[in-house]
Amino acid sequence: MNQGSLFKDLMLFLVFAGVVLAAPVLLAPLGANYPDLLQKFAIFGIFAIGFNILFGLTGYLSFGHAAFLGVGSYASVWVFKLLSMNVIPAVIFSVIVSGLFAFLIGFVSLRRSGIYFSILTLAFAQMSYNLAYSVLTPITNGETGLQIRQLAPSDRAADYVLNLRDEDLRILDQAFGVVEHGIPITNLFGIKMSGYPGFYFCAVLLILAFGLSILIARSNFGMMLKAIKSNQNRLSYTGINTRPYLIAAFVISGMFAGLSGSLLAVTDPLAGAERMQWTASGEVVLMTILGGAGTLVGPVLGATLIKFFENIFSAINDNVLQGVYSFLPDGLREAAVAVSGLFVGSGWHLTLGLLFMIIVIFLPGGLMQGFELITGRFKRKAKAETPSQQSKQPAE
Amino acid sequence: MDAIFLQILNGLDKGGAYALIALGLTLAFGTLGVVNFAHGALFMLGAFCTVGFNKILTLEKVALDPTKMTAWGTPLEVRTPYVETWFGDFGAFLVDYSVPVSLIVVIPLMLLVGIAMERGLIRHFYKRPHADQILVTFGLAIVLQELIKHYFGANPIPQSVPEIVSGSANIGSWFGLGDSLVYPWWRLVYFGFSAVVIFSVFAFLKFTTFGMVVRAGMFDREQVSMLGINIEKRFTIVFGLAAVVAGVAGAMYTPILPPDYHIGMEFLVLSFVVVVVGGMGSLGGAVTAGFLLGILQSFSSMNEIKSILPGIDQIIIYLVAVVVLLAMPRGLMGRKGVMED
Repeated sequence: MNQGSLFKDLMLFLVFAGVVLAAPVLLAPLGANYPDLLQKFAIFGIFAIGFNILFGLTGYLSFGHAAFLGVGSYASVWVFKLLSMNVIPAVIFSVIVSGLFAFLIGFVSLRRSGIYFSILTLAFAQMSYNLAYSVLTPITNGETGLQIRQLAPSDRAADYVLNLRDEDLRILDQAFGVVEHGIPITNLFGIKMSGYPGFYFCAVLLILAFGLSILIARSNFGMMLKAIKSNQNRLSYTGINTRPYLIAAFVISGMFAGLSGSLLAVTDPLAGAERMQWTASGEVVLMTILGGAGTLVGPVLGATLIKFFENIFSAINDNVLQGVYSFLPDGLREAAVAVSGLFVGSGWHLTLGLLFMIIVIFLPGGLMQGFELITGRFKRKAKAETPSQQSKQPAE
Repeated sequence: MDAIFLQILNGLDKGGAYALIALGLTLAFGTLGVVNFAHGALFMLGAFCTVGFNKILTLEKVALDPTKMTAWGTPLEVRTPYVETWFGDFGAFLVDYSVPVSLIVVIPLMLLVGIAMERGLIRHFYKRPHADQILVTFGLAIVLQELIKHYFGANPIPQSVPEIVSGSANIGSWFGLGDSLVYPWWRLVYFGFSAVVIFSVFAFLKFTTFGMVVRAGMFDREQVSMLGINIEKRFTIVFGLAAVVAGVAGAMYTPILPPDYHIGMEFLVLSFVVVVVGGMGSLGGAVTAGFLLGILQSFSSMNEIKSILPGIDQIIIYLVAVVVLLAMPRGLMGRKGVMED
């Protein structure tokens, strides 16, 4: 690594950190500055960064990543139920559990590549989803979803004969003498994880995750992953066993997904199986593709945009549209409302699907590629105006 | 014994649906080399063509009959479908047989949809990586699904079968197994129908010149086009054919499972697994695996098996897929060199 790119990465990291921390102010003009939404941006940003480590760097398209998100959520809620409402143990435990889970699935799935790998991951995710709904109901609480409850009365807790569906244990909290009134809120050593503190907790983790992804992309390990993407056969012929690298990438990516699942549980301590469904896996693929797979900022950008537009589009209904088109004559207005009504409200997924197709067809590199195209054009113009500088530039 | 026989039957009609979808899916693999995630959506489109056809047929004229009164003292409303007032008995026949008759509409419509899809979208993705193909067709599937949801609503729409096959067949008595073995007629019809479709697709590919060229093209596309044959055009038609197969499979399945907009996605995931188990690009493999997995699934939902291995019915198909993929990378009957890059 030469000094120049190190400096650039550092700048990128600092700018990213600045933007994330200032997000409540920066996004205020867009009306997206309330903590719940910002928190979602951060959480899905982490998810997409993790997915990008696998898909963007190695080119392995996993269609079952939501399974790790779901496992992370369940693990967190269990920690909330059994140990403490403090988020630190929950987050750590979720990351470990989803990492182990990813190792198991990755160990099997990564024996195959290409479309077979996609199908295998999809099969595992669907299995987890189906099991979470049926046999694993004691752990996942089935369709109702796993929730935190009030503490069990202390005399019963001592006997360990309690129904964990209705009563919680929280051993650590009780040991430290935390007094609870009703159903407690997640906290970080007493700071309640709702509103802006909650967002900043997620934001700090997002920044850390982003920094980690830069480190990975620039490390020798990252180089190896990129080499796998460009030509795995050649790599194998040179005598390198690619599987350990792939498994490591898969596990790291699964841990990121587990982290974001855990954060989802932190914001709202309720874990349901629908988080593991394959449409949820499709969503993270879309986020990464939209922003630009293989780029550093792209996935976060994609996640933010999708969650932002989801929020805006699903809130619009026919009445709002009537207002928007009020300047049109009656017949035309009805038609305009009918057509645009297709794309908003509950039809948001239609917009999402169209967006997905348009991006894949015209901009396979995502928005980051779009930016590069635009800036590249400007640079070329600038170069054309000063031809003497062009010759001085070193060949890349 | 009866229970086992019943489970086999149960598996046959489900397996028929899997086999038909997987057949089209693997046809698209083998010819165009395209991973089509929108194939399930074609199944759903076929089903909703039938629903739409039925809706049009049963548009009713409401007339008030002043001679009769309802319990609330208002004149009785008499509803008669327009087709019955226009065509009399033939109209009533049409309404009764709306599901099979709808195939007349479904087939040309799905052919058009398939050809339009290939020409308009898939053609531009031959040279792109498989990941891109998966993604763009996944997007298309979402779009189709949401359009259907917008026009037909989110609830399943049940379809009725023709009067004559509405009951159950007493299969047990045919084989001397006692009277306890009864099975709905329509499901038997569906199995027969899927068998006919599968055989005609095979016969078409095996015994016609067109089919021969297509098979040659699957084997070595460049060589065939060097012989001066426009293989692209034939492949387009084959893709249309695959769409038709998925469409009729969906159309005929409507009385068994009331279609909602999700049905395509559900079947897609399963049929992908079927294709992979059968072997990419292998038609025989797709059909075998379709029926095999259908039967396995219905066996695993038997109470006796569920009590030993709880939850097995939910995951059996995926489990089989994982085992097959790991033990036999090319699937049961996969050819060498298909989708291995």
